[in-house]
Amino acid sequence: MKCTTEGIAGFGCDPWWLIGGKALVIFVFLVLTVLLSMWVERRVIGRMQLRIGPNRCGPFGLLQGLADGVKLALKEDIVPAGVDKVVFWLAPVVSAVPAFISFIIIPFGPTVSIFGHQTQLQGTDLPVAVLLVLAMSSMGIYGIVLAGWSSMSPYSLLGGLRSSAQMISYEIAMSLSFVAVFMFAGSMSTSQIVAGQQHIWYGVLLLPSFLIYIITMMGESNRIPFDLPEGEGELVGGFHTEYSSLKFAMFFLAEYINLATLSALATTLFLGGWHAPPPITTIWAGANSGWWPVLWFLIKIWAFIFFFIWLRGSLPRVRYDQLMKLGWKVLMPISLGWILLVATIRTASREGLNQTQLLIYGGITIAVVLVGSFAWDLVATSGRQVDPYAEPERATAAEPAQGGFPVPPLDLPHYHGVLPETAARKEVSSGTH
Amino acid sequence: MNTYFHDYLVVFVLVLLGAGIVAGGLGGNRLLRPHRPTREKLTTYECGVDPVGEGWAQSYVRYYVFAYLYVVFAVDAVFLFPWATVFALKGYGPTTLGEMFVFLGFLAAGLAYAAKKKVLSWV
Repeated sequence: MKCTTEGIAGFGCDPWWLIGGKALVIFVFLVLTVLLSMWVERRVIGRMQLRIGPNRCGPFGLLQGLADGVKLALKEDIVPAGVDKVVFWLAPVVSAVPAFISFIIIPFGPTVSIFGHQTQLQGTDLPVAVLLVLAMSSMGIYGIVLAGWSSMSPYSLLGGLRSSAQMISYEIAMSLSFVAVFMFAGSMSTSQIVAGQQHIWYGVLLLPSFLIYIITMMGESNRIPFDLPEGEGELVGGFHTEYSSLKFAMFFLAEYINLATLSALATTLFLGGWHAPPPITTIWAGANSGWWPVLWFLIKIWAFIFFFIWLRGSLPRVRYDQLMKLGWKVLMPISLGWILLVATIRTASREGLNQTQLLIYGGITIAVVLVGSFAWDLVATSGRQVDPYAEPERATAAEPAQGGFPVPPLDLPHYHGVLPETAARKEVSSGTH
Repeated sequence: MNTYFHDYLVVFVLVLLGAGIVAGGLGGNRLLRPHRPTREKLTTYECGVDPVGEGWAQSYVRYYVFAYLYVVFAVDAVFLFPWATVFALKGYGPTTLGEMFVFLGFLAAGLAYAAKKKVLSWV
């Protein structure tokens, strides 16, 4: 067996103890991150809501996550009589196991020496590393859908179906946001993507991609503002309504690991990975060598996790149709257009066009598109006159046209603070009822 | 080719570790947890009222068309990823770019058609 220590191929050449050690370290890191981020989340949310948050278990309540885990594991496991037992048991396993795997391709730092052995601080690297993360997050969706399906409960089923629709929609927009990064890095391997960000982070260079990724990662993580699969007000617990004890804890674990993985992926693809933030490298040349990069990496990850928590503390939940509309009608067309724009600029600059030429051609293209859209607008609207005072069309309750199922109209008057006249308020007299 | 799969060694080790921890946890959980089922406990949860009929309520699955669209765009991503890694290399010029414009143009037309048919909105 030939082993090269250069490039991606170096990872399989570690001795067996190093391979096992890396897997173990990643596992322990994930479990600790989950325990800690649960505590951080509850404390930060508590602070934002003007309360204290958990502070009883251990110093500052730090052991709260551990206590919750032990408590959950020792609870009675209620399996309702009607469930499909095998799938019901399989779903949390399918959800939790892939969650561990994604983290393996996240680079923690550059090459270091461990007991005299030179190795990169990264579980492994593959030519298709980022695809592995996407594949694993898709596997996690199976767990959620199967949980909803096997529970034999309407709430669970609706939660599972919702989450599958949401996650596949946002996964496409997410993978499209990666394409621009692949164009610049010329590779899908995470270590080479990080190496490509030595001078400028892709988050700065490809800002639209970064913003799309941030929105889609909210959708992928099933958290507020996109936590519809488990919307407490409408679906009880969503897909995990019927789960208790350790099986519920598995879903919980998977969700928090995904939080860490999405944050780490954002760091790796858009925020320079383990590279030190800009002002540090100019002052201190050694910031990107040895074990220091692990510190920068952790700072960036935790900044992202804090951002997630901050959003949860400040945003309301969006409506389901708004969520899907955003995904399919806004994020995807923008992603596709942005990919083509970046590709065109890359090709043009490689073909030897200089900046002035590029600007001129770009200006001409934009002008053509604008003139075209104005012309289209004139042609399309010349035929019909819009009466601004006309009564807006209300969705009438035409049940048969909607498949025969009772469907609530989308645009109820009370959404706009208007009470319909028919629902005149009746005063309730006091007395015995 | 032999060394190519070496990179996946750690992946397999972590799969085994994850599966082992999950299985061990579930096994330990089985030994430690109490088990006192009653008939009421084992009913499907319906916010306190007795469940009516089968567990699965008949409901209209909105957005099932999204599954078809998802397949189309997932395949699109499969083409886009390798294209994105090579299109800036030597030998791939504006022709490669033009081909992708045509391909994405077809897909965008499909998406626009779906939107026009009101597949993408709440019914």
